[in-house]
Amino acid sequence: MTPPTPAKATTKAPSKAAEKAAEKAAAQAAQAAQAPAAPDAAAPGRKLFGYAPAPESRAAAGEIASRYGHYIDGESVEGSGRETLTTVDPATGLPLAEFAQGTAKDVDRAVRAARDAFPGWSALPGGERAKYLFRIARIIQERSRELAVLECIDNGKPIRETRDVDLPLVAAHFFYYAGWADKLEFAGFGANPRPLGVAAQVIPWNFPLLMLAWKIAPALATGNTVVLKPAETTPLTALRFAEICRQAGLPRGVVNIVTGDGRTGAALTAHPGVDKVAFTGSTEVGRSIARSLAGSRTRLSLELGGKAANIVYDDAPIDQAVEGIVDGIFFNQGQVCCAGSRLLVQESVHDEVMEALKRRMATLRVGDPLDKNTDVGAINSAAQLARIRELADAGEAEGAQRWSPDCELPATGYWFAPTVFTGVSATHRIAREEIFGPVLSVLTFRTPEEAVAKANNTPYGLSAGVWTEKGSRILWTAARLRAGVVWSNTFNKFDPTSPFGGYKESGYGREGGRHGLEAYLDV
Amino acid sequence: MPSTPPAAPPPAPTAAAAGPGAARLAGVAASDAALRRFLHGLPGVDAVGLHARAAALGTRSIKTSAKAYAIDLAISMIDLTTLEGADTPGKVRSLCAKARRPDPGDPTAPSTAAVCVYPDLAATARAALTGSGVKVAAVATAFPSGRAGLPVKLADTAEAVAAGADEVDMVIDRGAFLSGRYLEVFETIQAVKAACARPGGTAAHLKVIFETGELGGYDNVRRASWLAMAAGADFIKTSTGKVAVNATPAVTLVLLEAVRDFRAATGTQIGVKPAGGIRTTKDAMKYLVLVNETLGDDWLSPDWFRFGASSLLNDLLMQRQKLTTGRYSGPDYVTVD
Repeated sequence: MTPPTPAKATTKAPSKAAEKAAEKAAAQAAQAAQAPAAPDAAAPGRKLFGYAPAPESRAAAGEIASRYGHYIDGESVEGSGRETLTTVDPATGLPLAEFAQGTAKDVDRAVRAARDAFPGWSALPGGERAKYLFRIARIIQERSRELAVLECIDNGKPIRETRDVDLPLVAAHFFYYAGWADKLEFAGFGANPRPLGVAAQVIPWNFPLLMLAWKIAPALATGNTVVLKPAETTPLTALRFAEICRQAGLPRGVVNIVTGDGRTGAALTAHPGVDKVAFTGSTEVGRSIARSLAGSRTRLSLELGGKAANIVYDDAPIDQAVEGIVDGIFFNQGQVCCAGSRLLVQESVHDEVMEALKRRMATLRVGDPLDKNTDVGAINSAAQLARIRELADAGEAEGAQRWSPDCELPATGYWFAPTVFTGVSATHRIAREEIFGPVLSVLTFRTPEEAVAKANNTPYGLSAGVWTEKGSRILWTAARLRAGVVWSNTFNKFDPTSPFGGYKESGYGREGGRHGLEAYLDV
Repeated sequence: MPSTPPAAPPPAPTAAAAGPGAARLAGVAASDAALRRFLHGLPGVDAVGLHARAAALGTRSIKTSAKAYAIDLAISMIDLTTLEGADTPGKVRSLCAKARRPDPGDPTAPSTAAVCVYPDLAATARAALTGSGVKVAAVATAFPSGRAGLPVKLADTAEAVAAGADEVDMVIDRGAFLSGRYLEVFETIQAVKAACARPGGTAAHLKVIFETGELGGYDNVRRASWLAMAAGADFIKTSTGKVAVNATPAVTLVLLEAVRDFRAATGTQIGVKPAGGIRTTKDAMKYLVLVNETLGDDWLSPDWFRFGASSLLNDLLMQRQKLTTGRYSGPDYVTVD
């Protein structure tokens, strides 16, 4: 858990040699920092096998400009307004780049570009559109290290996750939907399904590039053109993606990216020129979008919050269940809409599971997101950190028992230690409200009926987990859970072929799989 | 891992008597039925989750000082093994010399933990290793199949111990285990353990090999682990190295979880030895990461973790030379034995 190295707002694209030299210097500094280790010369209390820092090269992210405009009609353009926003490295709190706050005029310009591009793009044979998507997928694979490092710096999530989860899934989504582009007539939506037109897409900051892929890949495969607004704390990978669109030779105006905060998002989703709005984010914002679109012809799909139950029966494979609990709530610092934030554990194994969970949590490595051995990185923003703190404090105030492993958090940036609350009852705020952070609430149940009743007792319904070695119990439970995704004996597994979406206040519409095509087709 | 008790002191070879754990598990082997109930009552292992965990730990990046520490630790944990029909005293003596001083050009390279041979060559190894601190391990009980009557197995064991073996690597009868004769396997381990005793009250350390590649699943691996630990094994070991599937990170993880849970339940600490198929430094690092993050410091010593391997040592030595000199040497700069 070394304090992260200070961020540089601007990094020049380095030569290979300079990068190597920088890495070597970092490695030497790391070696100097670590006392020479010998198997039998460790002081008591010190861990024998501490991992030396293994920092991924910050320079691998490529050049980060000091200032970014929008990407409209195949070109980088200055924003029409004067206002700019700043994206920071959450691990240090230091600024990375300035970017334009999109105005209504910028949005209008982008929607017009998308509208102009639509006839040409939608008239292309599916096989031709697929070529572009396959090309984008391959470029993403080729540039995956660069994108993984950039995502890590801009979002605060560990490089291990961007490298091993985000980027492979991003490429997989483009590959998957590229495959659909010339087979839409066989997708089950009629003989000649038509695209909708211009899709306005607003995505969150928790998986910036992955959410972009979830939105853009099916939209383009079905023949729509898009205007996408990335989140105001994580615009950099979307802007880098614009470069990839250019590299792939994508026709102008097919993909447009307008940056900015919620005001830009509101202008985009309410724009009369869009035919389809796709939003992933908070339930509150989703509701306001639904309100503004009510009565219009604009289609809407929403992927909103969650408060997923992770049900552990007494016959669960305990070691793997503990891994699933950890993955469910500490993956991406718990900033996952489908996070398993409510652990429902059968009372007869509560103590055993909690002991194993705490032991496992003590091995989580919290710190520099660029270190290849980091498990839990930084919280995305000061505002999010404040919300997590507020809810965690409310949990304590309402009488739940709070526990975190000993872990030294870096002095600068936004950090929150992995936390578990036991003795949580259904009336506590931490059992009802989405925390969107590395905070687990543990409740108990006695019978399968009670487990299902408690799991469903939430306004949300995005995901759920079931842990038992008994197959019939998995089926019985899954059939009764009102959640869009039910994982059994695993958690947080994503695949482009599998539809994802919510019940109730978690939204409507599905993304991924064959089902994901429907949201972008006139059916 | 604050919730586990501190490590028991490393056992001298004399401390071979069953720990307090034996008492606390008393009754589990009262009958075949009781033993079956106990073993089948252990929590299951989900193979997909197990593989995911082992793979995730395999991505740990071990660099610079951590790598240097891990390479030396791995060398010191090797049971340098030769188990060929063509083994001769000359071959064994050469291997013993290598075990004592793995890198002739660098006296700072540690010795290996042991040399592992067939019982008939244990005396040769004993003579070659005297005064070195390197242990003699002998495989016994009709290695590698384990298919012989109990008197033969006990005689095999007694011969190895009499020839000076510090450690006995026995194999379980997989046929008996798979047909559900758990008590027979349990009692065989107990009898072999008794045969490890030397006149004068000391005893050879007993490692119990499951041949996990033949057990047909991780649930059985966990059951075999508990069975062997309850019967008095000092070490549990994955494989003979003689079948198609030998040690894997996933199966070793099941063993590591078993010894962790066994100590929490009984207070007795048991060692773990993956064997077969571990050939590269990268492999060894992955296993040490598994130990580090599943068990922690208490098991990070040759007293509690071993590698059964032959070609691994040279790769570790090459990596060690790279770290100390900054250059890759090549296979001609480590000895062939």
